Amino acid sequence: MKYRPFLISKKYFLTAFLAFFCLFGAVMAQDVHASHEGESAHIESVSKEHGEEKFNITEFIFHHIGDSHVFHFWGEGEHWKGLYLPIILYTHNGLVTFSSKAFELNDDGSKVVEVKGMRFVQAHGKIYYANEEAEHGSYVSHEKNKKGKDVITNERPLDFSITKNVFSVFFSVALLLVIFISVANAYKKREGKAPKGFQSLIEPIILFVRDDIARPNLGYKYERFMPYLLTVFFFIWINNMLGLVPFFPGGANVTGNIATTLVLAMFTMILINFNGNKYYWGHIFNPPVPWWLKPLMIPVEMISIISRPFALMIRLFANITAGHILVLSLLCLIFIFNSLAVAPASIFFAVFIGAIELLVAFIQAFIFTILSALFIGMAVEEHAADHH
Amino acid sequence: MDLLTPEIGLLFWNTISFLILLFLLGKFAWKPVMKAIGERERSIEDALDAAEKAKAEMSRLTSENEQLLKKAREERDLILKEAKQIKDQMLKDAKDLAQKEGARLIENAKLEINNQKAIAISEVKDQVSTLSIAIARKILESELSDQVKQEVLVDKLLKEVKLN
Repeated sequence: MKYRPFLISKKYFLTAFLAFFCLFGAVMAQDVHASHEGESAHIESVSKEHGEEKFNITEFIFHHIGDSHVFHFWGEGEHWKGLYLPIILYTHNGLVTFSSKAFELNDDGSKVVEVKGMRFVQAHGKIYYANEEAEHGSYVSHEKNKKGKDVITNERPLDFSITKNVFSVFFSVALLLVIFISVANAYKKREGKAPKGFQSLIEPIILFVRDDIARPNLGYKYERFMPYLLTVFFFIWINNMLGLVPFFPGGANVTGNIATTLVLAMFTMILINFNGNKYYWGHIFNPPVPWWLKPLMIPVEMISIISRPFALMIRLFANITAGHILVLSLLCLIFIFNSLAVAPASIFFAVFIGAIELLVAFIQAFIFTILSALFIGMAVEEHAADHH
Repeated sequence: MDLLTPEIGLLFWNTISFLILLFLLGKFAWKPVMKAIGERERSIEDALDAAEKAKAEMSRLTSENEQLLKKAREERDLILKEAKQIKDQMLKDAKDLAQKEGARLIENAKLEINNQKAIAISEVKDQVSTLSIAIARKILESELSDQVKQEVLVDKLLKEVKLN
């Protein structure tokens, strides 16, 4: 009898949780639907030549998990609502900046923007130098590559634009700064006292990173690497979670982008190799194997310098991208079957995967951080007397 | 594939953002937070240590107190015992003394009585002799008043002397 209020509150919590996810799924479905309308309008014009309307799921999904020069909120065509992000290009004639509004949402290379005497077009989310003359209404040249895929052969300026992903990174950085500086202030204000409010939500996670990630892997040297490990952990986690939010300012696929994971893995690699002690380098250049194995082992060990961070990069990228693809695919089932009857099942599974993704968001941040700590720990480990 | 080729712009902005984040959080968040957590943990540990010490001190004091109490009790018992002994001794001594004194007093009394008795006897003897002399004189006076009787007496006395 005693436990009843607890059970009820738990039930309410569960209901609220599920309701949130249903909403989540519904909004996502709307988003997809809205996009789909635009997509189908676009496809219609193309498919007039083919004579039948076809929903290109691959293109649709890759468009969603890819980067963009605009931040789309909702609506299509005249009702399009979103944020035009600035375009910053390093061209043959130096730095060029203009708003992505200039392209008028054109994404097939048919709208030319002239700046500083240079002509640019946007195709599949990327900016190219435009051709002199249009070809089928498009100012880019196509070529089939070895695999028979269409690739655009036009030259590209170096693109330093604030894209959707960059915007999201900035947003998450700002969010992290606000969260953790306010938490730090709480610590200053309540010196020596028990944590309170938001601080008590964050503290166990910080202690988790310290006691379960840093200390077991780094030993007594953990303190030096705590700032990096904490930053990486929270950066990945918050970006993973923002990626799961289907509307502005979330929705960008930051940690599912290879550039982000490459940068993070790069930092870990730099930390590993800059902190590697004589045992670490000794293991690479003089591995403890019979002499005749050394010519084989040394290159293998040297590859491991790259392969470890490479694995970190691919793991995070693949996990997050896979999750996004899964959720989008499940929702696309509605449009593939072209029937509203599929929607309940589709949304049910999308919610289910969404819940799993919430877990994956944490787990991947944890794995990236613990492996970084492990690799750094292996590089700074002192070997007493044993030459291993 | 598009998905696997990192864009230069993203690499650039990600690096910059992450470095800024690392620097700012490291300086303004992690440093004070880790310091505060560390200090708090240390203070908790210290407090626990102090509590443990206080507990040990307390138990030490308690045992000391108990020992003191025990000692005091023992001492008390000893003192009581001694006092009792002294009391007994004193009683005995007093008794002895009283007995002795009594005996001495009795002795003295006896002596005094004897003395007095002797004095009294000698006084009585004096009185007796005085009386005897007076009687004798009276008898002599009466005896000597008659010539015949005087002569008889002298004869008798002379006879007695002869007998002696």
